[in-house]
Amino acid sequence: MAVSRTEVWQFGTVTASRALTPEIRRIEIDVDDPAPVAPGAHVDVRIPIQGQSERRSYSIVDASPDGRRIALSVYTSPVSRGGAAVMNAHEPGDRIELTRPLNDFPLRPGARRYLLIAGGVGVTAILGMAARLRELGAAYELRYAGRSRQLMAYVDELSATHGDLLTLHVGDEGTSMSVPQLVDSLEPGTEVYVCGPIRLMDAIRRAWLERGLPIADLRMETFGNSGWFDAQEFTVRIPAIGLEARVLPNQSMLEALEAAGADMMWDCRKGECGLCEVRVLDLDGDIDHRDVFYSERQRNAREKMCCCVSRVVAPPGGSAIVTVVTS
Amino acid sequence: MSDAVAAKLLDYPRNAWYVAAWDHEIGRKAILARTVAGRPLALYRTEDGTPVALADACWHRLAPLSQGVLVGPEDIRCPYHGITYDSRGRCTSMPAQETINPSALVPSFPVVDRYRYVWVWVGDPTLADPALIPDMHQMSDADWTGDGLTIHAPCNYQLILDNLMDLTHEEFVHSSSIGQKELSESEFVTSHTDTTVTVERWMHDIEAPPFWLKNMRDKFPGFSGRVDRWQIIHFEAPSTICIDVGVAKAGTGAPEGDRSQGVNGYVMNTISPETDRTSHYFWSFQRNYRLESQLITTQLRQGVHGVFGEDEAMLAAQQAAIDANPDYEFYSLNIDAGGMWVRRLLERMLAAEGRDRVAGAATRLPSTSSPLPASTALPVAPLPVA
Repeated sequence: MAVSRTEVWQFGTVTASRALTPEIRRIEIDVDDPAPVAPGAHVDVRIPIQGQSERRSYSIVDASPDGRRIALSVYTSPVSRGGAAVMNAHEPGDRIELTRPLNDFPLRPGARRYLLIAGGVGVTAILGMAARLRELGAAYELRYAGRSRQLMAYVDELSATHGDLLTLHVGDEGTSMSVPQLVDSLEPGTEVYVCGPIRLMDAIRRAWLERGLPIADLRMETFGNSGWFDAQEFTVRIPAIGLEARVLPNQSMLEALEAAGADMMWDCRKGECGLCEVRVLDLDGDIDHRDVFYSERQRNAREKMCCCVSRVVAPPGGSAIVTVVTS
Repeated sequence: MSDAVAAKLLDYPRNAWYVAAWDHEIGRKAILARTVAGRPLALYRTEDGTPVALADACWHRLAPLSQGVLVGPEDIRCPYHGITYDSRGRCTSMPAQETINPSALVPSFPVVDRYRYVWVWVGDPTLADPALIPDMHQMSDADWTGDGLTIHAPCNYQLILDNLMDLTHEEFVHSSSIGQKELSESEFVTSHTDTTVTVERWMHDIEAPPFWLKNMRDKFPGFSGRVDRWQIIHFEAPSTICIDVGVAKAGTGAPEGDRSQGVNGYVMNTISPETDRTSHYFWSFQRNYRLESQLITTQLRQGVHGVFGEDEAMLAAQQAAIDANPDYEFYSLNIDAGGMWVRRLLERMLAAEGRDRVAGAATRLPSTSSPLPASTALPVAPLPVA
């Protein structure tokens, strides 16, 4: 399994763009420098936002065999930081700058059984895996959860391809996923690949650890843009350098601190590595931990947070304020 | 697709099984570091004996896992910061934190124990079908015995394939053991399929050279007289060559299939490219007579070791001369038919992987051409010279 973190930038031409759901748009791109696309791969795209060049990661939903044409699916969150709007505005013929495929979420062939779990737009990382497992004749099952059917992309395609191997869990149809039940039902030797909101991943990880299952059998891809609470505005203070910043709902705490001039350390910016950790001195409200770096114990201690993804929510009737020490 | 001039530094296919090591080289007492097809590997076995091949670079800061230690039934621990991985290369603990980064893994490569070797596939793992392992059954079947060694050859793997596909060099490189002038005087017949090349040569009614006279006397004590000698070279892509060799008392029917009045050996060769200019050359000499004699096994292994030492010296000198003369190209002879078919098959494998034939050149096709699907059958060109 080729794990690739080496960034090679290239350009591509948008060839098609269409809405799949009210929140998700499919964008097809012909890349200048094609490379075969392995399941679980993503690209990073350079996006100009208010004069700044920012980058966003998008899973490759599907690709032509030679990797020349790739399809991404862009989710517009209610608190989008602006990347989705730029992506959604692209029309056929537009040029965009993107990496060759990167992969932190490789599919390993050869497991006894597979369970793929997609939540919401996380389906974009899972689609290619399901297709490959089908090609390989592997024993697999696919679970896809969403709030309502009209918001769930690729349902018809998945259903046509995977038939009974696909189970949909639709919130407003009363078929929500019971994570403990699902984890209990796993046969030994099943490898589980999950991509979805942090609440789904937290629930699965908790059920997994409670049952003492081998952690290496649980594979997760994180996005770092979902939490236990809706994103809200909060205040962050760093007394050591006399800094106070407002963190807007469509902005991460790390971005707000950088914008305010703090010299911040970070690496993955998706809640995995722990380098952007800040120590919490004082807290009005609660921390919405959106990372996968801390254990439950560490989260509950409320002493540290990964400021790249995690946020603060206000106490009842008050304002959310966090006072921190940075590295 | 095939260029007119033979490549001096042929690249190697990645979607192929290569021998990483002899089965006894990989165990639990030590972790073996070996590079196969450009990929550094850490090789060991789990407690139940299953071989494991992981990339020899920790996910974190790329420290070599081969310098680490084995822990538990199947894990390996990085020597630097103690991160552990299971036999699939997945991180099982990060000592300095309570959770595991979900991205943390090192690539693990398909491995198979077969024919006394451990085979590894460093290309697309979904294509790693064990049925594609070249046939080397004489290594492990009960009616054959023998032993061999490994040569760490300082040359491009194709030079070794060239060496084995044309044995006329024996007259000049191995004059004291197996060489004789009848090698270059006798006819040879070349044939090929999509994955194999065969070169067959018979020398009728000749004096047995010293190596073969000794072998005949092991089976037929006191033998003297003339022999019919054969060399049937079987290449199987990408880099395995099993050579059916032997001599029989002249005129007793060996060419027609009756080898009972002779001795038969198989020279088993499989070459694993290490880098563009270095290779691990695994060989063994197997025989189907006097199976009970460890003495003969040892004598043959030592004898062939001496013969192959002469090849190794020539290959090293050839690679050095190639590198010292970058502006000169190869010319080919009629005797190169086998080696040239080998190159042709390898070039097709490289093209199917979308890669250039020359090592070190751009590894992907230019963006204007359309890469070939792996399964595309290419038109077969006519035999160059018969």
